[in-house]
Amino acid sequence: MSDLLTLAFTSFLVQNIILSQFLGICSFLGVSNKRSKALGMGLAVFFVITLSGIVTWLIYYKILEPGGITFMRTIVFILVVAAMVQILEMAIKKFSPLLYGSLGVYLPLITTNCAVLGVALLNIQNNFTLSETVVFSAFTSLGYTAVIIIFSYIREQMLKAPIPEGFKGIPSGLIAASIMALLFKGFVGLI
Amino acid sequence: MAKKKKRLTPKQNVIKGLIKENPTFVLILGMCPTLGVTTSLENGLGMGLSVLFVLILTNTIISLIRNIVPSEIRIPVYIVVIALIVTMLEWLLQAYIPSLYASLGIFLPLIVVNCIILGRAEAYASDNTIFDSLFDAIGMGLGFTLGLSTLSFVRELFGTGSVQLLGFTLFEANVAASFLVQPAGAFLTLGLIIGIINTIKADKAKKKKAIMDIKIAAALKKKAEKVAALKAKEELANV
Repeated sequence: MSDLLTLAFTSFLVQNIILSQFLGICSFLGVSNKRSKALGMGLAVFFVITLSGIVTWLIYYKILEPGGITFMRTIVFILVVAAMVQILEMAIKKFSPLLYGSLGVYLPLITTNCAVLGVALLNIQNNFTLSETVVFSAFTSLGYTAVIIIFSYIREQMLKAPIPEGFKGIPSGLIAASIMALLFKGFVGLI
Repeated sequence: MAKKKKRLTPKQNVIKGLIKENPTFVLILGMCPTLGVTTSLENGLGMGLSVLFVLILTNTIISLIRNIVPSEIRIPVYIVVIALIVTMLEWLLQAYIPSLYASLGIFLPLIVVNCIILGRAEAYASDNTIFDSLFDAIGMGLGFTLGLSTLSFVRELFGTGSVQLLGFTLFEANVAASFLVQPAGAFLTLGLIIGIINTIKADKAKKKKAIMDIKIAAALKKKAEKVAALKAKEELANV
């Protein structure tokens, strides 16, 4: 149990997926300029990563490994992720049109979000058990959601700052992310 | 080809990817490996060349099958093609350059979801000839390699104090700010490089505009002089 807690904490803060693993940077820079967008994207990513993490783990250990075709994992995983996104989109549309209104536009973008495939591959690379996979996937994606929301607040404030013309937008965003990465480095001492 | 734009020559096409539409510094695509593997020049180059390899094959294949694939399912088809090529690359590297395979780690299979590759497939190879797509891929791949090697060069030089390539020391600096090799340094270096490039570009545009203004003013002046001279002539004739 304490192992799982440590894992949760590590994947949420210390080894934060954006600030120390560099996965999902494109969407991080792309949608973090508005608070509402960041929240929608964060939640959609949370659902997709957690579900696809579990499904890919099951497929890898129940089908690919017994079949001796583990070398196919990259192709199989990306197809699983694409299918999961599609299914999730249809399910949300059917059961909660309200949620679909806020998440719908972000779902198609998630297939090519490297955080999703990255977490699926990391689960296998780290030889996680199923319970570890669940915890790792859920907390890693929560870490993504938390950072992207915090960052959207920072960027909204930065719009008011007198930044030199050439540094407006992405460059100043990257520099702010650098400072945030330094702050998150401070969490290393916690464990 | 519905929109008949001016066709670029191979050389222009390559230069477009290398400089004008550099994927790292101008289009800002494929940021995850850009930040993730650029701790040393060797890794940066390895990643850049891997992407070049994948991009050349995927762009050519997708351009080849662009008329067969129904447009409703083109994206899944592209993704499968890309995933196949990346799997092939994984085998090749694992067999022939295991050290690079190990140091690129998870970012190697993640080339599948690199936005540059799907982006070029969708935006270029899906409606251009094989020949053009090949050169587009070479330009974009080299541009990505250039971006990654610039970033990793700066980070390795000032982060560890020297740049190593294949066991040789290329450059040495008397600083070793290990901060730059860490994640925070990656964001900072990339932010600064893009910012500086944007500033230079804005300056250039301003200068160009200033020069144009002067030229226009000069042309107007010339015209006015001409008119004045003509008028003077006419007056002379009248007299």
